[in-house]
Amino acid sequence: MLKLPVYLDNNATTPCDPRVVEAMLPYFTEVYGNAASRSHPFGWAAEEAVDYAREQVAKLIGADPKEIIFTSGATEADNLAIKGVYEMYAAKGNHIITTEIEHKAVLDTCKHLEKQGALVTYLKVNKEGAIDLKELEAAITPQTILVAIMYANNEIGVINPIREISTIAKRHGVLVMTDASQAAGKIPVDVNADGIDLMAFSAHKMYGPKGVGALYVRRKSPRVKVTAQIDGGGHERGMRSGTLNVPGIVGFGKACELCQLEMEEDAKRIAPMRDRLEKALLQLEESYVNGSTTNRLPQTSNISFKYVEGEGLMMGFNKTIALSSGSACTSASLEPSYVLKALGLGDDLAHSSIRFGLGRYTTDEQIDYTIQCVTDTVNKLRDMSPLWEMFKDGVDLDTIEWEHH
Amino acid sequence: MAYSEKVLDHYNNPKNVGTLDKSKSTVGTGLVGAPEYGDVMRLQIEVDPVTQLIRDARFKTFGCGSAIASSSLATVWLKGKSIDEAIQIHNMDIVEELNLPPVKLHCSVLVEEAIRAAINDYRQKNGLALLHFEAHNN
Repeated sequence: MLKLPVYLDNNATTPCDPRVVEAMLPYFTEVYGNAASRSHPFGWAAEEAVDYAREQVAKLIGADPKEIIFTSGATEADNLAIKGVYEMYAAKGNHIITTEIEHKAVLDTCKHLEKQGALVTYLKVNKEGAIDLKELEAAITPQTILVAIMYANNEIGVINPIREISTIAKRHGVLVMTDASQAAGKIPVDVNADGIDLMAFSAHKMYGPKGVGALYVRRKSPRVKVTAQIDGGGHERGMRSGTLNVPGIVGFGKACELCQLEMEEDAKRIAPMRDRLEKALLQLEESYVNGSTTNRLPQTSNISFKYVEGEGLMMGFNKTIALSSGSACTSASLEPSYVLKALGLGDDLAHSSIRFGLGRYTTDEQIDYTIQCVTDTVNKLRDMSPLWEMFKDGVDLDTIEWEHH
Repeated sequence: MAYSEKVLDHYNNPKNVGTLDKSKSTVGTGLVGAPEYGDVMRLQIEVDPVTQLIRDARFKTFGCGSAIASSSLATVWLKGKSIDEAIQIHNMDIVEELNLPPVKLHCSVLVEEAIRAAINDYRQKNGLALLHFEAHNN
């Protein structure tokens, strides 16, 4: 029997793997010491657990355990990386290069620094969601201190060529930071092979608990330093004070270990389901995949169903299927997704998009159900869409003078 | 955001979806909103030449659930009303009936504009002076 509701919003967050929860449990009630307490066995046991988790996390990304700074999540890690580099390397310059389709944790951090005097270049992307590497290189100046480009995009799943990006940055002696929240644990990420200097990632996107993440900070060639953004007891080599979230960190470690062991199998199982879903939904007239379909995370698909509005569409099944729309139709935010707009989508297509985020627990039965529900609802809403009627009557919607509020 | 039962009911069972022949002099059509803002409503009325009452009302809407529900409700209310009664339909009547949250007020404003646009289209076709409405300050 199909159990409802179906969860297809795994890019927002993933459920905890039961094996992760099992690993965490003793650290709430039995091994509850403060990992910074050096004077008794409770503290030693907690520290040992953190050290082990640090190894598990480091191993997933090919890092040294000493290069892992635990944080409350990827947002904090993004802030620490970008603000921390900006302050630490102020003597070298004040220029940061990023892209238009970064997560808000990166974009808003950059905007914050602009107010403090930073110069930020926001690279454009093409309709596939890819940056132009020549533009990246051309944007680098002697004042450039950081290239901050996400590993994979959360809305469309497109994967950036981090290796090529870091090769260019290295040539100019510029540090490379990447937000790998969507990539780590889903596709192989290796900080050395990829030439990454700083990397933010999070447990809850890879079947671990919420509220814990990490910043990878390179220690060798070059030795990277960031200025702490949270002051206090000097935890995490002085880069991030605050009592460590031991159960969370243990869960993060376990989640990383499981991803390392199973990501290939997960991807082999999930990608065909994603492809089947996508193929079936593209049978609908005037439906389009947003972003690259070749260079993409295995579990993501972002589709626009022209002439129906995303939020209205989701209402047709939001009690039985959990999805996310690129459209936010509220008076507070009439703006559709900035990521889709950066791909060059018109507002109409951006308003008509749905993101499907499959995961470790997605089943074929759930995909069948989703195909049926989405197809039926798109057809139903098109029957009541004046735009669909005009399209069918051969009216060019661009020739109509729409009202502008 | 949770939708009210009434919004859900109109969304799931929309009333009076459809198209009237806009070339007929008895039919008034109002098309408001814009695709780039995520809402387009087309509301049509057909006025009985003898009784001068709205004998049919139809809508098609591209938009969120609240926009669809608001237009569906408007067609129900319009049927059987005179033009004078129809112009009295205020956006806040829709908001109250459907319990629309503040972020969805614009859906009700759009419906009010659609009703008025349909009435003026009908008046224009029949050689009547256009009605001027106060701009909305919601």
